[in-house]
Amino acid sequence: MTNARDAARLAALLERAPDWQAARELAQRLGRGQASGIDEAARALESYDALARDLAIARRLAPRSRTREFLEETYARLHAEIHRPAVHAGDALRRMLRDELPATVRWLRPYIVSVTLLFVVATLAGAWLVHAYPGLISLFASEEMIATVERGELWTDSLLNVMPSSVLSVQILTNNIIVSLFAYVLGVLFGLGTLYIIGLNGLMLGGVFALTAQYGLEGRLFEFIVAHGVVELSCICLSGAAGAAVGDALARPGLQSRAASFAAAARRSGQLLVAVTLLLLGCGFIEGYVSPNPDMPLPTRLVVGFGYFALMIALLRGWLFGASRAR
Amino acid sequence: MSAADQLVIDSATGVEVALPVVGPGGRAYAFVLDWHIRLALALAWYGSGALLHSTLTRGVASLTVPFDPGPAYFLGAVLPAAAIYFLYHPVLEIVLRGRTPGKRMAGLRIVTREGSAPGIGALLVRNVFRLIDSFPGVYCVGLVATLVTRDSLRLGDLAAGTLLVYERDRDLDLPGTAPRSVAPASADAIAALATSELVAELEARWNSLAGPARANLARALLQRLGEPEAATAGADEATLRALLARRGTAR
Repeated sequence: MTNARDAARLAALLERAPDWQAARELAQRLGRGQASGIDEAARALESYDALARDLAIARRLAPRSRTREFLEETYARLHAEIHRPAVHAGDALRRMLRDELPATVRWLRPYIVSVTLLFVVATLAGAWLVHAYPGLISLFASEEMIATVERGELWTDSLLNVMPSSVLSVQILTNNIIVSLFAYVLGVLFGLGTLYIIGLNGLMLGGVFALTAQYGLEGRLFEFIVAHGVVELSCICLSGAAGAAVGDALARPGLQSRAASFAAAARRSGQLLVAVTLLLLGCGFIEGYVSPNPDMPLPTRLVVGFGYFALMIALLRGWLFGASRAR
Repeated sequence: MSAADQLVIDSATGVEVALPVVGPGGRAYAFVLDWHIRLALALAWYGSGALLHSTLTRGVASLTVPFDPGPAYFLGAVLPAAAIYFLYHPVLEIVLRGRTPGKRMAGLRIVTREGSAPGIGALLVRNVFRLIDSFPGVYCVGLVATLVTRDSLRLGDLAAGTLLVYERDRDLDLPGTAPRSVAPASADAIAALATSELVAELEARWNSLAGPARANLARALLQRLGEPEAATAGADEATLRALLARRGTAR
């Protein structure tokens, strides 16, 4: 009698096969982004509930059948689509820039302070080292660059003769974005990779400034750097702060597992990288069109540099997208 | 929650589902497919751009890099080709919701640890960490990571909280869906068994149903079982129940 009842139940279950096929097709359409509207969303939820019920029955009545496998696959696919975060890229980006990014920056504040401090110390150390031991500049600058400075010129003087601003911009912003991303992802080495990149960049900057100072060119170098460098160097420090947070999460996971702590820190601090990338696009443009332009006076460069820095602060605080200043 | 080689998904319905997790071999297969696709696309763009540029500027179709290429060559041929090659994974994974053409061909997709399709943030983090996973140029770090982690995860997956699972598209073949312990049945036999199950269900729930409802259900079932309509139309509940019992026993 039990077998007959189970067989009858299974037969009744199989009568629902067209519904399962329809649910599978709906899940596929959802996956391809072709389904839309309240009706289809409601139908997906109904199908999900019905599939769960049928799957439970199939597991009991026919645990080794293709019916059960098909139901499991369809149910899993519908589960994935129903629980997928809504994809409204514009809204998500606006919400991230208005609410989540400022919160992330507040969370990263100790790391930002520490990494910036490291960068400043490394810059001063680089300047002192090259000032005290001029031969060490060969560790930080190429022979060609050193020779150019020794001739009383800056390597930046002829940039626009070598390549046009558009190409220069793209090359520079690509390079800067890659450096920033590396400063972030190398945090995976318990933060040491990040600290190495920040330290090395600081040493190079300080060393190059000391080299130019020996030939009275430091003012011209400052003039070249100030329009793009204020934000560009800040971005390097911000990426380093994100990487340091990732490294800290690995080194001191707290109550979480190391993997869970790493994942949480990487995803949260990764939001900062979106802002950094946007800012570096602007830096690339400035460095390609404004910085190498010999006709651009210093006051204009200062306004561009510190104006862009103010814009960066407004972006990181969420003010550009309507966040309250009260926090 | 995950067991070895499978991701077990909890859900609000209380029904769990286990998804097979992709190992290093499956991941490598999908990557090789994707690598060829993106390389072909990038080369196709570069070749087309270079030919167009040389035709417009020099009057001859040539793939040779010009001595003084200029911004048009760089921005029209080189940059888009590089963008196709380097942004292939992040862009397509976002647009195709955790899939790429190579993953689709290999039957894989990216899911979160909850079994859902990952969001944009997770996919971006996953792809940023390719910088390390791809070290030293041939994904050695990523390959080693997939060999030593429980769910075959590279660093990008660890950071983003994602993993790769197999997905299979198969059509439901009704005769083949019966469990191996149950003999194949004809369509009539299946329908009869289903009706028998309904009779048993009605009998079990008889006292919990309202009088008119159970009488109507009983009449409908009896007609489905072949009882003449005239025999059931004016019958009272006791008669209907007796007829159902007789039909049920006869089965």
